[in-house]
Amino acid sequence: MYKYDSYDQAMVDTRVEEFRDQVRRRLDGTLAEENFRPLRLQNGLYLQLHAYMLRVAVPYGTLNSAQMRMLGDIADKYDRGYGHFTTRQNIQYNWIKLDETPDILADLAKVEMHAIQTSGNCIRNISSDQYAGAAADELIDPRPYAELLRQWSSFHPEFLHLPRKFKIAVIASATDRAAMRLHDIGIEIVKNDAGEIGAAFYVGGGMGRTPMIAPLIREFVPLDQLITYSEACLRVYNRHGRRDNKYKARIKILVHEMGKDEYTRQVEEEFAHLLNQGIEPPLAELERIKAHFVDPAYEAGASDDLDRSDPDFALWVDRNCHAHKQAGYVIATVSLKPVGGIPGDASADQIRLMADLAKEYSFDELRVTHAQNIVFPHVRKADLYALWQKLAAADLATANLDLIGDIIACPGLDYCSLANARSIPLAQKLSERFVDKQEEIGELKLKISGCINACGHHHAGHIGILGVDRKGTENYQLLLGGCEGADTSLGKITGPGFDENGIVDAVEKATEVYLAKREDGERFLDTYRRIGVDPFKEAIYG
Amino acid sequence: MVEAQFRFRSDEPVADPAVTVDSFGEQTNAAAVRLEPGDDARDLLPFVDRLKLVEVNFPAFTDGRGYSAARILREAGYEGELRAVGAVFVDQLGVLRRSGFDSFAPDQAIDPTDAEAVFNRWPEVYQATGDGRQPIWAKRAQGNISNESNG
Repeated sequence: MYKYDSYDQAMVDTRVEEFRDQVRRRLDGTLAEENFRPLRLQNGLYLQLHAYMLRVAVPYGTLNSAQMRMLGDIADKYDRGYGHFTTRQNIQYNWIKLDETPDILADLAKVEMHAIQTSGNCIRNISSDQYAGAAADELIDPRPYAELLRQWSSFHPEFLHLPRKFKIAVIASATDRAAMRLHDIGIEIVKNDAGEIGAAFYVGGGMGRTPMIAPLIREFVPLDQLITYSEACLRVYNRHGRRDNKYKARIKILVHEMGKDEYTRQVEEEFAHLLNQGIEPPLAELERIKAHFVDPAYEAGASDDLDRSDPDFALWVDRNCHAHKQAGYVIATVSLKPVGGIPGDASADQIRLMADLAKEYSFDELRVTHAQNIVFPHVRKADLYALWQKLAAADLATANLDLIGDIIACPGLDYCSLANARSIPLAQKLSERFVDKQEEIGELKLKISGCINACGHHHAGHIGILGVDRKGTENYQLLLGGCEGADTSLGKITGPGFDENGIVDAVEKATEVYLAKREDGERFLDTYRRIGVDPFKEAIYG
Repeated sequence: MVEAQFRFRSDEPVADPAVTVDSFGEQTNAAAVRLEPGDDARDLLPFVDRLKLVEVNFPAFTDGRGYSAARILREAGYEGELRAVGAVFVDQLGVLRRSGFDSFAPDQAIDPTDAEAVFNRWPEVYQATGDGRQPIWAKRAQGNISNESNG
């Protein structure tokens, strides 16, 4: 994986000192909160309901064991002994003190980490496929392109005060595991008819209160024009994105109102102009970055045999492991969704244990997934049982990946100052309700947001739940039929909302309709798409 | 005209008042113009040779359109004074400078010591923005990498 050189290190070290100076001026009163706010947000520091929250970047979701260990140590030293992995492959801490934040950033910088642009109206941390570099179905490892974009977007002077936040995902597999088309820019690395590698650009997707699936605006951008094309997309947005209404300020609204064709025309015009401005790093820079992402030293001829005599282990293998491109290896996912647990939370001890296990069993590498789980990307099949036993001993071997218990949930009203309803207790109730039925139900992606901002991706859930405030009480709306991935679709609201117990019952009724109607091999989503919403409505409201 | 508090030019400041973009087109001898966030900087491109001062107004420091306006003017070869005016605060000075501004007239005076620290803070930059600074990728291409970090 990528390793900083002295330049990268100087950049994060400088950022720590800059923020230390800003915090000092905030605390001595010379920097007003109004002016400090955008600065702290661009360092991932939010003021939440009860305390400051710090969001730490995990670029494209990849980290090594030293970095993971530091994340555990920070949870102990500066927080309450746990951290929360997020839907953008980051981690956040919920009980942070402002005056300690510069020290946290300094600790992070020691392991080549930071909180740069994890919030604010700027280009956020670049996300990617959690199986990058390991999946059997990918064209090429997308992370070098994400790293190139990370450096370009970090402290980009023109784009630090955009109309609104800006999220970019980079993938290189037709099986989209990063919800690419629900990003402001989704980039798919592709091969053209001439066999050359380039990038397809999808622009103007997003969730929030007006969900949109990004349209394709260019099929092929050559790799030596990737930065220039991105800069053109951003410049048109920075100049023309709406600033009169923050709810209409995302690029999806610009592309929608201006029209895809006119937006594309302006981008192409800006692109033609910028090609003469010398802003593109040479391909040698991409090659330099690529050299950091070479395959680990796999054992040649590693055995594909697996002893499945332990039924609990066999269940976990079937549920939580994924095909690796290298014979004798698998990709193993740790579900951070134990029954009745808080989705995405891990204790400091669990985080450090995963760090140790990655060092021992996965070539020192881990991934954070947008579904708030942790991946060991390169595990030898011969080691899998030992790994599983150690995970199980730490309550990290829940076998529910992509089942109804593998819930994505935002922090909700328990932490977040924007939320209208709690997400966490609802997720806990749902996971308890379905503990015995989830294996029978099979793949069902359930996603909960505590408000319309959609941090819990409810639009993209096979079943989505949206928490709203109805005359001062928490109310939950049910959505069906959303999906991220190659066949992205947006969920539709079924009808009137429910209270907390009512929504759990409604979800159960939806699953009963599915079980009664499903045909061979159909997932919940497939059945829904075949029979439509009416049978579900009838069962739920009838 | 707004007096600049910080100025990185050796020529004499223009004494003319800056006119709006609309009236500028009619005043064929005007040398100073003021851009508001909604104005299109490209409307000024036919006149970059005769312009001596462009003031870019920031009514709110969070309105980032002025950064693009500045770069567009510099990319078109504008060499006159480019002045950021309005809600300009110390923590924006560095990125404004990187976008092509070479003078600054904040509504509220900025502590000169704080400003100096900000102007000199970043030893390296990741992007080529036409401000004359060599980006990190260009230095790497020249082989000036001191290799692994000390971290």
